[in-house]
Amino acid sequence: MRNILAIAGKELRSYFASPIAFIIIGLFSLLFGFFFYTYLTLFVRQSEMMMMQGGGAANINQQMIRGVFLNSAVIILFVMPMITMRTYSEEKRSGTIELLLTSPITDFQIIVGKFLGAMGLYAAMLFVTMLYMAILFIYGNPEWRPIAAGYLGLLLMGGCFISAGLFVSSLTKNQIVAGILTFAVFLMLWVIDWIGESSSPTTKAIVEHLSITRHFDDFARGVVDTNHVIYYLSFITFGLFLTAKSVDSERWRG
Amino acid sequence: MIEVQHITKQYGGFTAVDDVSFRVERGEILGFLGPNGAGKTTTMRILTGYMPPSEGRATVAGFDVFDQPIEAKQRTGYLPETPPLYPDMTVREYLDFVARIKGVPSRERKERVKAVMERTRVADMADRQCGKLSKGYRQRVGLAQALIHNPEVLILDEPTAGLDPKQIIDTRDLIRGLAGDHTIVLSTHILPEVAQTCQRVVIINKGRVVAVDTPDNLTARLQGAATLFVHLDAGGADAAAALAAIPGVSRVAPADQRGAAPPPAPDTFEVESERGVDVRRLLANTIVTRGWGLLELRPMRMSLEDVFLQVTTEEQPQEAGAPGLAPTLEPQSEEAPRA
Repeated sequence: MRNILAIAGKELRSYFASPIAFIIIGLFSLLFGFFFYTYLTLFVRQSEMMMMQGGGAANINQQMIRGVFLNSAVIILFVMPMITMRTYSEEKRSGTIELLLTSPITDFQIIVGKFLGAMGLYAAMLFVTMLYMAILFIYGNPEWRPIAAGYLGLLLMGGCFISAGLFVSSLTKNQIVAGILTFAVFLMLWVIDWIGESSSPTTKAIVEHLSITRHFDDFARGVVDTNHVIYYLSFITFGLFLTAKSVDSERWRG
Repeated sequence: MIEVQHITKQYGGFTAVDDVSFRVERGEILGFLGPNGAGKTTTMRILTGYMPPSEGRATVAGFDVFDQPIEAKQRTGYLPETPPLYPDMTVREYLDFVARIKGVPSRERKERVKAVMERTRVADMADRQCGKLSKGYRQRVGLAQALIHNPEVLILDEPTAGLDPKQIIDTRDLIRGLAGDHTIVLSTHILPEVAQTCQRVVIINKGRVVAVDTPDNLTARLQGAATLFVHLDAGGADAAAALAAIPGVSRVAPADQRGAAPPPAPDTFEVESERGVDVRRLLANTIVTRGWGLLELRPMRMSLEDVFLQVTTEEQPQEAGAPGLAPTLEPQSEEAPRA
């Protein structure tokens, strides 16, 4: 555990020592803010209309926050390769991987440490967006549970992206290659359920089950379904397992 | 302390290390000598557990590097060819991180970091980012990193590469000072370095061990034939032939074979003498009496290639035309300005 934390701390520090962390957090909160603003104005207009028609107040959780969460899932998909692309490739390029692999720590500890480091940055990213949510709590009274469920979903989904990104990064010395490949993998995991639209029910079911973002829908709605939690956790485990295999095979190939 | 038994490493179809075996005793400094691509780095990487061998086994401090990697790595400090620094960490942060992953207990960490920084003379750069250090400092921080957990075994891959002469001397002193407490394996392609630092030398070429011996024995084996560099002011057309006729001279060749940076003057020769015969006196006499004007007469630097030729063609040195060794292991640069 000590070793894992040492690696995670080192990763986190290197994100914040370079402009990467600040650019990513800034970019993410800017885009998040844009969607937040758009959905908020939309919501305000909608609820005004509903009031005039004499209906009850609109549900802010369902009609606004859900949309914001769904959109931020897509932003995360675009931002995440920037976090993960350097994790392994940079160590390989600069030779620091030799330090890690000749230290008395296991591959597993290195990988989990790197995963937690990236998760730390990601959590910081999400934390900044909580400021937007705070505005809603100041001026309205949304329910906090669905919001918490949404954040849990974002964390788990991000974890999947990070574990897949770690794996891709462990395949190459070149950060750019890692970044582009990661992005392609993420895009595929996102759009895979579009294939389902026009195919047989069986294919549709399988494809929908594979899509990372599809599993997020329930979280965005505020529902924590163990089915999705298990999907995400097993995805993360699988990604880390592949990374471990890739690092190990690199060892044998030299 | 270190035992390497029949190690072979293949990359695809290429054999980088071929059946290498050697032992290093506790407190000894072993030099690993070979040209680039000889398999030095690969062997060291196997010893440090960075990669497993295709065949054979290696033990460090009694632990098999493959079966008990954690125990072996706890007792090994490793300086790779390029010091593995994180450019955005300061020297202090970096060493603290390395101390953590090498398992230095947290209450001793600060003390250890301070101690190695002083020992490797990087304390004045403690708060400078590693990426902004000069080559010499990087190399020393790399060394500090290898020492941080006070390992029994130190594996140093070209520890003096890229240093200036003063730093090279300092680093060699440091390494010599470390022997005794530590068992050291260092690689280099500079022969004098081995002679000055190591107690035993393993010469490796094309993945195979060609010679294992003490530097003195090795020098003695290689001494004998010597090549002299001769520069005449105005040698006649028959100069080469006349020099070759001097008793004890085995071969005379124009000195432009090596593609030295300033193209040699036409009247320069490499004069090779037979083993154990000093022809310098006769050579000088002949030149002076002929009135050619002796501008320069010096022993040629013994390059590693020469050593290899010498070692690998031990049986028929004459036929192979192996250039001999200078009688001393004086580090003499081929690029040195000619007088």
